Amino acid sequence: MSLTWEAVIGLEVHCQLLVPQKLFCGCPTTFGGVPNARTCPVCLGLPGALPVLSREAVACALRVGAALECVTRATSIFARKHYFYPDLPKGYQITQYEAPLLEFGGLDIDTATGVRRIGIRRIHMEEDAGKSIHTDAGTLVDLNRAGVPLVEIVSDPDLRSADEAVAYLKALHEIVRFIGVCDGNMEEGSFRCDANVSIRPAGSPVLGTRTELKNLNTFKGVHRAIEYEIARHAHVLEEGGAVVQETRLWDDAAGRTRAMRGKEDAHDYRYFPEPDLPPLRVDADEIAAARASLPPLPAEIRRRYVEELGLTAYDAGVLTSEPALVRWYETALTHHRNAKGLCNWLTTELLGRVAVGELETCPVTPAGLAELVALIDDGTISGKIAKTVFDGMFESGESPGTLVETRGLRQVTDTAAIEAAVREVLEANPTQLAQFRAGKVTVRGFFVGQIMRRTGGTLNPARVNEVLDRLLAPTDNRPDES
Amino acid sequence: MAPPPLPFASLRTARAAIATGEASSAEVTQACLGRIAALDPDLGAFLTVDTEGAMSAAAAVDAARAAGKALGPLAGVPLALKDNLSTRGLRTTCGSRMLEAYVPGFDATVVSRLRRAGAVILGKVNLDEFAMGSSTENSAFHPTRNPWDPTRSPGGSSGGSAAAVAARLCFGSLGSDTGGSIRQPAAFCGVVGLKPTYGRVSRFGLVAFASSLDQVGPLSFDVRDAAVLFGAIAGHDPADATSALSDVPLDLGQLPEGGRLRGVRIGWPREYLPADGLEPAVAAAVRRALDTLGALGAEVVPVSLPHAEHAIATYYVIATAEASSNLARFDGVRFGHRAAEAATLDALYSRSRAEGFGLEVARRILLGTFALSAGYHDAFYAKANQVRALIRADFESAFGEVDILVTPTSPTTAFALGERTSDPVRMYLADVFTTACNLAGLPGLSLPCGFDDAGLPIGLQMMARPFAEAELLRVAAAFEDAAGVVGRRPPAAAEARP
Ligand SMILES: [Zn+2]
Repeated sequence: MSLTWEAVIGLEVHCQLLVPQKLFCGCPTTFGGVPNARTCPVCLGLPGALPVLSREAVACALRVGAALECVTRATSIFARKHYFYPDLPKGYQITQYEAPLLEFGGLDIDTATGVRRIGIRRIHMEEDAGKSIHTDAGTLVDLNRAGVPLVEIVSDPDLRSADEAVAYLKALHEIVRFIGVCDGNMEEGSFRCDANVSIRPAGSPVLGTRTELKNLNTFKGVHRAIEYEIARHAHVLEEGGAVVQETRLWDDAAGRTRAMRGKEDAHDYRYFPEPDLPPLRVDADEIAAARASLPPLPAEIRRRYVEELGLTAYDAGVLTSEPALVRWYETALTHHRNAKGLCNWLTTELLGRVAVGELETCPVTPAGLAELVALIDDGTISGKIAKTVFDGMFESGESPGTLVETRGLRQVTDTAAIEAAVREVLEANPTQLAQFRAGKVTVRGFFVGQIMRRTGGTLNPARVNEVLDRLLAPTDNRPDES
Repeated sequence: MAPPPLPFASLRTARAAIATGEASSAEVTQACLGRIAALDPDLGAFLTVDTEGAMSAAAAVDAARAAGKALGPLAGVPLALKDNLSTRGLRTTCGSRMLEAYVPGFDATVVSRLRRAGAVILGKVNLDEFAMGSSTENSAFHPTRNPWDPTRSPGGSSGGSAAAVAARLCFGSLGSDTGGSIRQPAAFCGVVGLKPTYGRVSRFGLVAFASSLDQVGPLSFDVRDAAVLFGAIAGHDPADATSALSDVPLDLGQLPEGGRLRGVRIGWPREYLPADGLEPAVAAAVRRALDTLGALGAEVVPVSLPHAEHAIATYYVIATAEASSNLARFDGVRFGHRAAEAATLDALYSRSRAEGFGLEVARRILLGTFALSAGYHDAFYAKANQVRALIRADFESAFGEVDILVTPTSPTTAFALGERTSDPVRMYLADVFTTACNLAGLPGLSLPCGFDDAGLPIGLQMMARPFAEAELLRVAAAFEDAAGVVGRRPPAAAEARP
């Protein structure tokens, strides 16, 4: 027989904080560059050098805590975590252990069974290590990254499937990028994830033996690795075996996890409070400032867009995919409150031509697009002409109002003028008119096309239809009504 | 070669003479270098003599004076630095093979403060490797001899700093004190040594032994010179997060001559007088010192430090735990000794460290690693911190009753070289009166209070409340004026009397 297994998953996510300077020295945090150029005695771990905590990094970490609704410790403690590795200059990493800065938060995620809150157990600050570059000639060490500020966000073991784990990770990724504390770049390692996975018989309150998965560099990798590991645990247990507590490395190419080190080889990190740093004290004002500095979070924005602006969930999702997009859209809305129209023009037309990152420098401004939609809404131009105007805006950077005037694109709504144009077309095409009268009604479309072409599309389409229907009606010689 | 005499009896008189032009810094520096050349081959105080750097610093001061520029408080005065203080461009060995060829690219904050005050840095002086020891015999290079008796140790770990001052090779020096490493050698060598309050002097650039205990401080001919040097190095440093913000009292050198001590309450801990292993001559000298302090008008009363007996054990757990961590960076990867042709990373680490560290350093790294290990952390490191809190509370309560605590600095006078090297626990007991001061973060000072039958100096320790260095120095100066012990010179420096 086969049991039903329940997976128990917790994620540990490392985020590089978007601050200009390293956690304990003044070196810049910029990615890459000439190896070891962005270093100083402190981040090189030279004898006698001492760390001094960056309050800017603390403020940034407090923003993460505020967004994830954590409790902030008024006094938190830095600790030394010891292990030997060439890219760890001091032989220990300065991190937080027993008294982390932030605790007891949570994050709502959408799951198959509805919205679920995933607990955030703790968020602590720490310094990044450098990078080891293994070459044929030996291992090279680049310490540009050493000392870059990180927060490690540790979830409760509340996740029950690979889908949920990825939903949580994506929600977290979205938030840290949205509030501007992390660039979220998974390839460059500024957003990194480890997963703790165990399984147990469904309904059991007892936790199974867990394994820790490393090297999860993409959302897809996280999903595949967790799925693989759940199946592996189930297989081991169903064969009568026992899961070994160990750290396993995800091999994306092979699609499997491999044992990296077992419990008996686990490091004894010999944590103790960092004597070079006094306890970190944070006052209520700093916590309040972090909270006040937060923009509305994407989930909240999406709810508002759907409930208050009447957008579809899909459109709301597209608009909140990037903080820059939300900013752009909300600015446009202040100029003209047609939420749906602006959303369509922004997401289909504008983003069809430029990437989100280029919006700020694009010739079409939020005010310009809002003016365009307003011109459509008040009937000054038709939707079709609007596309021509939009092209003009994109090419020249001119305002839609100017373009409509200088290029004579204003929509004609005057019935007499429209009727004149319609009659002209009907008279110029007697053959088609005869066909229509003989019952070939599809010819009507030909007339519309001809009318619009002759007038450069400036006639109000609804009025054109109205007039055309009237003139084509069997009682042909009815007097004008307007 | 007969050594030239040292031209002035104190740092203050040398500074004044240079400032008035009565003497040039170049002459004074030359005299020190001459004495080093004549005496140090036997004494072994220096690891590196920077003749060129010293002479050019001296020339710069002389030129500034000639140009009528304002001179710093130490202008032109030659000093020596313990070789665990980073000096830009000047080898800093920590007395270790590990750093035999290490040349820092930056100055320790105390070094840059000395330079800014105009001091001339003669070179770097010997120490127990990484400041771990009480005899300077743990130096990887050579031991230092006691100027009072070359068969004896100058104490440690700042043995080079104390011996260089006692032998009048310089006008003062800096040492570091983690559990008595300034005060005990000062006592053994008959000079004054001050360990400031924890946080009073920047640790930036001091190669760390035990970060929560280490302090840099001066060694000098007399209390007033110590005050001048302390004033030059003390004060907040933004590069050291544990550096205190409190102000340093000005004019520490202006301590009144023949000061009285009416209204000062002085306590002597019952637990220390008598104590196991305390030599009768030391006990007698301390009792005489208490009488002298009483005669100056101080109220002298017994106090209790009930947890004092645990200070040594507590100290050796905390100090070794922190040392095991601080010395992890010496891995052969970026600087310091690297084992040749290590085939694997583990071999690189273990061989570089085995070759680079001496026996005592290895012993302390192992002890500290053990004290922090999973399963032992609570029994050792955590327990030691609980006891540390009790020791601190003992002092707080004692300082509720008295202003200054007086104890022997060391239970014995200078012991013979080689006498304790095979018995580390006996060596550790040399710190029995000094470690509590570091555990509690208090300022402590040692000054001469007498001599034993062999003519070896005896040190008196005084401790004060945190940041009360001014009061500590004032009481010490009054005692010094009254006791009349300071003028005596060791044989090696007897001819130096001006
Ligand atoms: Zn740096």
